[in-house]
Amino acid sequence: MSTPQLTRPKQPLFSRLPVISHLKKSVGLQRGMLVVGVVLSGIFLLTSIFAPLLAPYGYSQLSDASGSFPTQEAPGGKHLLGTTVGGYDVLSRVIWGSQTAVTVIIVSVAMSLFLGVVLGLLSGYFGGWLDRILVVVADAIYAFPTLLLAIVISIVISRGQSSFWGGIFSCAFSITVVFVPQYFRVIRAETIRLKAEPFVESAKVLGASSARIIGRHIFKNATRTLPLMFTLNASEAILTLAGLGFLGFGIEPTSAAEWGFDLNKALADTSSGIWWTGVFPGIAIVLTVLGLTLVGESINDLNDPRIRGRKRAGRTPAPGTPAGPESPANPAEAGKS
Amino acid sequence: MTTNLGNVSDGTGRDQPVLTIDRLQVTFATDGGDVHAVKDVSLNVGAGEVVAIVGESGSGKTVTAKTILGLLPETAISSGAVIINGNNVISVSQSTLRKIRGRDVAMVFQEPSTALNPVFTVGWQIAEGIRAHSTDGRRVSAKEAKERAIEALRKVGIPDPETRVNYYPHQFSGGQKQRVVIAAALALNPGLIVADEPTTALDVTVQAEILQLLRDLRDNYGTSIVLITHNMGVVADLADRVVVMYQGDVVEEAPAKVLFAEPRQEYTRKLLAAVPHLGRNSASEGARGRLHQEGKILVEAKNLTIEYPGRFGRHGFKAVDDVSFTVSENEVFGLVGESGSGKSTIGRAIAGLTRTTGGSLKVLGYEMLDFKERSFRPLRKEIGFVFQDPAASFNPHLTIGECVAEPLLIHTKPGAAEARKKVGELLESVQLPASYAERYPHELSGGQRQRASLARSLALNPRLLIADEPTSALDVSVQAKVLDLFKDIQEQYGFAALFISHDLAVVDMLSHWVGVLYKGRLVEQGIGNHVMGSPQHDYTKKLIASLPVPDPDEQARRREAHRSLLGG
Repeated sequence: MSTPQLTRPKQPLFSRLPVISHLKKSVGLQRGMLVVGVVLSGIFLLTSIFAPLLAPYGYSQLSDASGSFPTQEAPGGKHLLGTTVGGYDVLSRVIWGSQTAVTVIIVSVAMSLFLGVVLGLLSGYFGGWLDRILVVVADAIYAFPTLLLAIVISIVISRGQSSFWGGIFSCAFSITVVFVPQYFRVIRAETIRLKAEPFVESAKVLGASSARIIGRHIFKNATRTLPLMFTLNASEAILTLAGLGFLGFGIEPTSAAEWGFDLNKALADTSSGIWWTGVFPGIAIVLTVLGLTLVGESINDLNDPRIRGRKRAGRTPAPGTPAGPESPANPAEAGKS
Repeated sequence: MTTNLGNVSDGTGRDQPVLTIDRLQVTFATDGGDVHAVKDVSLNVGAGEVVAIVGESGSGKTVTAKTILGLLPETAISSGAVIINGNNVISVSQSTLRKIRGRDVAMVFQEPSTALNPVFTVGWQIAEGIRAHSTDGRRVSAKEAKERAIEALRKVGIPDPETRVNYYPHQFSGGQKQRVVIAAALALNPGLIVADEPTTALDVTVQAEILQLLRDLRDNYGTSIVLITHNMGVVADLADRVVVMYQGDVVEEAPAKVLFAEPRQEYTRKLLAAVPHLGRNSASEGARGRLHQEGKILVEAKNLTIEYPGRFGRHGFKAVDDVSFTVSENEVFGLVGESGSGKSTIGRAIAGLTRTTGGSLKVLGYEMLDFKERSFRPLRKEIGFVFQDPAASFNPHLTIGECVAEPLLIHTKPGAAEARKKVGELLESVQLPASYAERYPHELSGGQRQRASLARSLALNPRLLIADEPTSALDVSVQAKVLDLFKDIQEQYGFAALFISHDLAVVDMLSHWVGVLYKGRLVEQGIGNHVMGSPQHDYTKKLIASLPVPDPDEQARRREAHRSLLGG
């Protein structure tokens, strides 16, 4: 599609990015929630990128120059957060685990996003038998318990073997299958709404082809809610991944670190008073999910002009003084009230 | 907070104003900073007086009306005084405000179908207001409230109110629903009714009835009315005094007759001049036969029928029933009708957006009865379409330039530089600066967007243009400019046009030949001037008699004629 560049964007791209633009228009508690979310998610992301530098040991390292690691050692000394029953360093596993989580989120959300958006656009725009079949399939997937479905797919894909990418992909695929119907539904609903909008009809009247209408007129307008869904689904993806690992369908400790798997192994420790093997991966999961959810919820609130908080309008002049309609509102004063 | 009670204490007995607004200011907090919606408004409404607040969109008239009932949203801050029966609405507590609402002042909303709750009977909804207020210090019983609801329905002319009180809103027509809303407002005999565009959502014939009802209320019960409207015809019909607002300020205040006869302010003069006046400025002035018949016939409908399929086991709905007409080259064919008359359906069928189901419709020689998108597509570049709502007919993510370039890109595939040049030319031909190509639709005003929409439809030099209510979403002054532009461009480019509108005066200004649609049937067609001047069909007569003209004296005469027409 050749489209001559007729315009230049008015604002720099950076300040129009989803989270940045939301940050700029937020105030008060909503801003606080968003900032906390962004900070938590940022820490999570940076940890995963710099895992090789941050982690004192490798995720499957059991010994160093001074000999084998002790098992189930309490936090302190050489092992800041202690070691597990298998002799792994807890801190290192928590840090490396973020890398696995990020990879799974990216792969699964990217795949479900792509599939869901394409299917949703086609199904919504053309309707007919294609639409009916896809909706029935999506409903059928909804009817399954998500974790059960993820387990089945994980078995099908990995066939019991475990490697880093094999594990990642089996997790990501199973999460994809669960998420595709969500994206599909949202995009399909938006497409059906947009199909009746006058600007789509006007494109039709101009003689635009279906591909052009979908690609140029519907796609951009239908994908407004995606940043929100992305963040909310990312946190759900982590939970599904952890659930899979906890049930033993995740990735073996030798191929990657995985928080859910560590939690599973820590299960037996709880009764013997060994708290550090379970608490730290657990905190990692909680904080990551909390961070992503806060970002998602804040974006949701800020996207809705009815919920979005604003600074109060400038105070009107004191009683008695003639009101000057031309006097501009004082922003500093408005901020205080 | 100043409470200037000057006028209240001066007046005695009946002369005491029902409502006093003194130096009212309202400011809204928005994303783009503070907006001063109402800057400085002072006015009085006497007992039994109808005061109209007129102004274009954004003039602050609705915000003023909402302030009278204390209905402003949380983001608004107001100062000044709004005094009803000695209470300042702006400063009183929530509980006092609740007592004032309904008892001293009531509101009639614009859209009756959304103002009524669909899951309750109308009687219940009227009684709700009655029961919320105690009479003589005791609660009103359900039975008594219902009796009073029936009484209120009788007052507003609902036939058989004892039965109708148990009906649900969907069992009433649009005009009757508005009567019910007015009945709910009247239930507690408030001294003042605030009517916010009470007839805008209604058809002209229904509008005339509602205006008559409001007039009767004033005459029989002495109710004061604050009428918020943008329609100068409605003002001329009903108002005693007119307050003209512009950008949050009162521009002019005068008795209705004086204002229409000799407006003092420049803005008022411009506003009145922009109002289309039936019988003036007709496009078919002096025509004796049908104009522009020498060219080819572009659209030919013969016994055209368009039926929407009904639900299971029900008959379909005939939106267009046995309609025949032609549109020739260079001709502007005006199609008038009320909502549901099928006028838009015909326009959409010609553009290939709605399928025809019977008869014959030939568009540029193509038979629409066996419509195939693939075979019709080459013809699309010969047809331009201007949509009703300019805001919705542009893709919000594309710039005006990209939107106007769309038809060029689809059909002629020009280079980037060529397209940009052509877009600039097109925008200039509709009197928009070429630099507007870089703006996004939301950065343009309604009138500018509609010009851009016209530019887009003209991009490929079409032989036929379909304009579906192109000015009904615009303010009068903007509408006047867009209509002038449309007329100029039509003469310059010489395309044939199907001009669809519910506004008789607008259609008459542009069309050489006019067709009147009623319930899917073309009841009358003829030279615009003749149809408007001496209508033949009963429905056309009623339609034209119902249209209020922006001139109080003439309107009073027309009203009498209208009444005798209905009586006889």
